[in-house]
Amino acid sequence: MSQRDLVIPFDHQQSAHCETGVISNLMRFHGLPVSEPMAFGIGSGLFYSHMPFLKLNGIPVTSYRILPGHIFKRFARNVGVGIKRMKFREPLAAMAEMDRVLDQGLPVGMLTSVFYLPYLPKAFRFHFNAHNIVVFGREGDEYLVSDPVMDGTTRIHRSALMRARFAKGMPNTSGRMYFPTRVPTDADLRAAALKGLRRTARDMSTTPLPMFGSKGIGYLAGKLRHYERKMGEKEARLALGNLIRMQEEIGTGGAGFRFIFAAFLMEAAKLLQAPVLREKALEMSRIGDQWRDFAYEAGRLCKGRAATHITYDHLADKLSAIGRQETAFFKQLHQLARQL
Amino acid sequence: MKKQDVPQDDANMLEGKFRVVKYALNDEGEFEKVPSVGWEPENVALSQAWDVIHERVEAARQQVLRGERSPLAYHMEKNMMDADLLARHVDLPARRVKRHLEPAGFGELDQALLERYAEALLVTVDELKQVPR
Repeated sequence: MSQRDLVIPFDHQQSAHCETGVISNLMRFHGLPVSEPMAFGIGSGLFYSHMPFLKLNGIPVTSYRILPGHIFKRFARNVGVGIKRMKFREPLAAMAEMDRVLDQGLPVGMLTSVFYLPYLPKAFRFHFNAHNIVVFGREGDEYLVSDPVMDGTTRIHRSALMRARFAKGMPNTSGRMYFPTRVPTDADLRAAALKGLRRTARDMSTTPLPMFGSKGIGYLAGKLRHYERKMGEKEARLALGNLIRMQEEIGTGGAGFRFIFAAFLMEAAKLLQAPVLREKALEMSRIGDQWRDFAYEAGRLCKGRAATHITYDHLADKLSAIGRQETAFFKQLHQLARQL
Repeated sequence: MKKQDVPQDDANMLEGKFRVVKYALNDEGEFEKVPSVGWEPENVALSQAWDVIHERVEAARQQVLRGERSPLAYHMEKNMMDADLLARHVDLPARRVKRHLEPAGFGELDQALLERYAEALLVTVDELKQVPR
């Protein structure tokens, strides 16, 4: 195992979300400048699902995006990027392979658990095992880290990184790492953006089962309406708090993804010379605003009903209105994208 | 969301370490990344989640002091784990871990297993054997 110091010149830029931030930063390093919203749109990252039967740390999963890791997969496919992905049984083997790739002058993307990342603020350190970071060098016992949600780069001790790469849970991080092997710097981003756009519009408007796609929002609204009757006041408030965390916390993206998608539509409008997408971008941004209003009112109810006139019925109405708007939005986008 | 509407509700959740970014519309009608120190509903939801965790840790501590559970239970709660997750970290059947959560089962642990637990729970073996009073 090589231990000489090493710094790969890596241009770290902060992003709203880890996976799309890693894509954008890695692509720029390899000579293909792609913004975070573009990475998100091309990778068809936007989705919606509420799965009361699937629990993460005991909390039913509400997701505003496709599965972790899949944004990068779809992005790579649509752009023609080759990626080497690896996972390991042995922590030492995972570290040795990372060192080997770093020695070739290549920054390495990897999956970590935020619980074991000491440089992150304590309040965010739950057992969330799908956080993406890039390691771009090493100095003594420390590795140089580009964590996309942070404004600057940071460092982590070798033993801490090893632990974060081998957390158990959902999923086991299993030392997963990845790096691009082929990046076409002359890639046709117009075609890729259009592909990504079509996929998102299709999945949001046509995925079967009530809990997936834009109709999943109405599905959650239906459940939310009965929270207090079913669970009692205290439990209902906790469930509501968990909904807000799923919606707003770093890593889950939540309503933030609506704004990233809006930013993608705006960039795509220019790229595809389709001004109609700019209109859709502004419309999406307004829908994002309503998600924020919803979270704001939910937060007040969370604090205690005494402080507010807000009821679960009121929140459910609000949420189902958002669901209707997203349903109409993606249906239109689905048709529109076919004509572009 | 307009740039000037990006929330700046600081509850020290980020410990001043950095600001997160949100995409918002600037005056030219384009999206840009705008730093934020936090947002009220997120702060409320986060502190609520931590209250629940702290309650569980404190309840476990009391149980240990009353001799109802072993110190392992306290350190497990402190690491926000349940018996299943802890079992996966130490590579033991959950049934055995559950037994070690009881004072009698904990007493039977040999040094090697104590070390495995200590390492998984980010403490020393000495720390693992006690709870704060």
